[in-house]
Amino acid sequence: MKSRIAPYLQSAPAMLWLGLFFIVPLLAIVSISLMTGNSIEGYTLTWNFSVFPDSLDQYSAQLGRSFVYGGISTLLALIAMYPVAYWIAFHGGRRKSLFLFLLLLPFLVSFIIRILTWQFILSDDGIVLGTLKDIGILGQNAHILSTPTAVITGLTYDALPWMALPIYVALEKIDRDLVEAAGDLYASGYQQFRRVILPLSAPGIYAGILLVGISNIGDYLSAQILGGPSTTMIGNIIQTQYVQNGDYPVASALSLMLMLALLLCVFVYARVFGTRTIQEYA
Amino acid sequence: MAGKGVSSDSARPVRSKPWARFVLPTYVFVVMLYTLVPIAVMILYTFNKAPNQRLTFSWHGFTTEWYSKLFEVQDLTQALFHSLEVAVISSIIATALGTPAALALARRKFRGRSGIDLVVVTNLTAPTVVVGASLLGFFIALSIPRGILTILIAHVAFNVAIVIIVVQARVSGFDESLEEAAADLGAPPWIAFWKVTMPLILPGIFSAFLLSFALSIDDYIITSFVAGQTLTFPLWVAGAVKVGIPPQVFVMGTLIFVSGVLIALASLLLQRWGDHGDTVRT
Amino acid sequence: MEPIRIQRDPAWIRGMTQPRLSRRQVMKGAAGAALSLGLAQFLAACGLPGSRDTGWTAGTDWNAWWRDQQKNGQFNFASWPLYIDTEGGKHPSLEKFTKQTGIDVTYSPVIQDNASFFSQVSPVLQNGQSIGYDLIVISNGWQLTQLMQNHWLTPLDHSRMPNFQKYAGTVATKLAYDPHLTYCAVWQAGVTAIAYDERQVDGPVDSIEILFDPKYKGKIGMLSDPDELGTAGLLALGINPQTSTYADWKKSAALLTKQRDDGLVRQYYDNSYIKALEDGDLAVTQAYSGDIFQAQNSGYPHLKFVIPKQGAVIWRDNMVIPYHAENPVDAIEWINFAYKPEIAALIADWVNYICPVPAAKPIIADQLDDPTVANSTLVFPSEEDLSRLKEYPVTETIKTHDEWVGLFDPIIQS
Repeated sequence: MKSRIAPYLQSAPAMLWLGLFFIVPLLAIVSISLMTGNSIEGYTLTWNFSVFPDSLDQYSAQLGRSFVYGGISTLLALIAMYPVAYWIAFHGGRRKSLFLFLLLLPFLVSFIIRILTWQFILSDDGIVLGTLKDIGILGQNAHILSTPTAVITGLTYDALPWMALPIYVALEKIDRDLVEAAGDLYASGYQQFRRVILPLSAPGIYAGILLVGISNIGDYLSAQILGGPSTTMIGNIIQTQYVQNGDYPVASALSLMLMLALLLCVFVYARVFGTRTIQEYA
Repeated sequence: MAGKGVSSDSARPVRSKPWARFVLPTYVFVVMLYTLVPIAVMILYTFNKAPNQRLTFSWHGFTTEWYSKLFEVQDLTQALFHSLEVAVISSIIATALGTPAALALARRKFRGRSGIDLVVVTNLTAPTVVVGASLLGFFIALSIPRGILTILIAHVAFNVAIVIIVVQARVSGFDESLEEAAADLGAPPWIAFWKVTMPLILPGIFSAFLLSFALSIDDYIITSFVAGQTLTFPLWVAGAVKVGIPPQVFVMGTLIFVSGVLIALASLLLQRWGDHGDTVRT
Repeated sequence: MEPIRIQRDPAWIRGMTQPRLSRRQVMKGAAGAALSLGLAQFLAACGLPGSRDTGWTAGTDWNAWWRDQQKNGQFNFASWPLYIDTEGGKHPSLEKFTKQTGIDVTYSPVIQDNASFFSQVSPVLQNGQSIGYDLIVISNGWQLTQLMQNHWLTPLDHSRMPNFQKYAGTVATKLAYDPHLTYCAVWQAGVTAIAYDERQVDGPVDSIEILFDPKYKGKIGMLSDPDELGTAGLLALGINPQTSTYADWKKSAALLTKQRDDGLVRQYYDNSYIKALEDGDLAVTQAYSGDIFQAQNSGYPHLKFVIPKQGAVIWRDNMVIPYHAENPVDAIEWINFAYKPEIAALIADWVNYICPVPAAKPIIADQLDDPTVANSTLVFPSEEDLSRLKEYPVTETIKTHDEWVGLFDPIIQS
């Protein structure tokens, strides 16, 4: 049966599932966003295209804020973790697996618990702020929780392992001979890095930014637990509108616009940097 | 792992300047510490006495009572049970669906291949808010009641993509000539696959299973949309944040963490032992 | 691989901006789009169902219905956290109930806020299924109004509630939202006013304007329930909420928006404000009477509750039996039991909210030996006290509801 239909049969079950429970729902929200109505009378499709500019107008602040928080946290994670990934790949020696393991440890703690511990740590009279207040650096009314700083801290922290891993994988793949050859050609350590290592690790950076950026921009848990008024992200809005208020058309429209905005970013990014798919770096 | 990188055990360190020898390692050490602080906080506070049965950041005294009273909070225990149930079942289904698909993708080029790739990558890169919202819209439109079943469906959907990616990555490095050799020796294709290929890709399948399990237990955003009244561990905890979390939450988090560590160590050891066995044999 | 350089020559720009589609890709794209559109149309045909006419049908003979029901020996009770007497993890009132009637109670304090609980149970009710609870406690407001209007509640058989007839006070019998007491039996009532931390706030507090005081910038808490938030604004402007108009609501929204924009509000809380207040995150906040009472007795004596001169609102939490409940007879027997003065006393003594049974007062004073609670006007308000408390604005139609929420949700959610 090594016929031509074998691969189709093999992938059919998975594709059916994804088709029915991923693709179709995405199409469903396209049609839901164009409906009007209310929770009592129900919703019917009225091709209400104005829902897109209307909800964009209403929630542009939250959408923009999500990209800002997401962008900042992604950048911070990149800056923080690149040196770490570099060090483990190039200077880790025999204990590389151990360091990698330590790096990925936070993965094993539940996402929600990670955020909760940050709520603890950043609480007004907790370990960090309490000590700073006692010393006198901070005023008595200072607080980090319920500010954008807390939300970005939470987002960045969650992103660290996700960013480090693809970069590490990419760095690992770099042929050391290339680097040594550059050195033989009188390149300094810095130049070896900038001209050889950095560009070759670009696919890893790309993958990391993609994974982290998308996940952070759409996140709402950090904002919910660590944030306050004026830190609401688009994810929070979508969740409240869908689950609590039952305003399905607006929530669906926002979801679509978020997805399109992200796809646009990815598309532009891919065109500019011309890299391959992230599949290799899983 | 395919690629021109040198294996981790024999990486030659790059020529480095003195500052790299001190500044960089110190920095890495600090960052590692930073990533581990919340874990330490979590574990530490499982030993904190808590009047009112709620975690507070002030230290009340050492106790191990929460470990023995682990299942005292009925709703929490039930939520944990739901999480485990969904994680196991969805991982099994996802692995069963995803493995044949991954094999098909990795070994043969066929027409639908890029389409399948597209679906899988879209699934992985779609923001979880959008995936959750679209699934909820889909279920609402079809009047499917939300509960354990819908959670399961959602988890299988995102896990299938993960399994496909992970198994595909492992399989693509696989040498088909081994299977051909078995065929040359008279084995029918099915036996060749089962006896030769399968044992070698089994570690890949197993790690895909573990990864799906971990992602499923941890999932918050997608589950929050499709769970209805049912609670999973992350949902219960997020709800309890407002009232105050019982210490059992951190205890469960610690136990999950410790099991994760043990499993990771075990698989690492197994891998080492397997590799070592190979080297000895050849 | 080339080093990364962003190129600026025209050829590159052309390459970036011109589409590179082959005919085959276009056809594939068209086919995909057509398929998607077809599917979307199909889904559109489904539409999303509304809640109208999904409850019990008008004209149901409820007397006959109740006669047909059996006692099952157990029921599921969903309520709010910290809302029933609790000693060492157990609930004495529930235990006494089980002892006297043999009915087991599964108590689930899962309701954190009316809107989220309602959003969870309404799809189930809309589908005509049981929500898994036979008795729930819902505050008067839009969600309760919808439950009643959609016929998603079981009318109560008052002949099975003799204690209610005998002992219920006016706080439980004069309900503007359910004048014939068809569905609701008040569990507790309460007052929303102001709480403050004595250590952080100087002087006696007597005005709602303290919530707008820049001195406490960043340490002020407001409630995230649009009813509570909007009403606070109305009271601060000296407007009676019950007779307020849309124009008044807009003024309230303007005031509250300014409060938020000035950075005065730490956060908009649901029931969790009490934790923030206890933790010291807040200096002053909107608060519910019973929470503060409880906090004062559990290690936070520096927290004070005050009804400002502009007034405060009274709300009622109502025990209702959802439609399709599996154990209505057992549930209604609990309602009857809870109105016994001794039991009402047990509950009020712990919960410290307004008790619906005036006869419980002497029991608390003498048998439970707790004169503080017995003499508190927050637990046993006099008729005069009650008359000074105000009611929420009325939003009975979805139009007015949307107007109200549309004004205050953006403040909470921005």
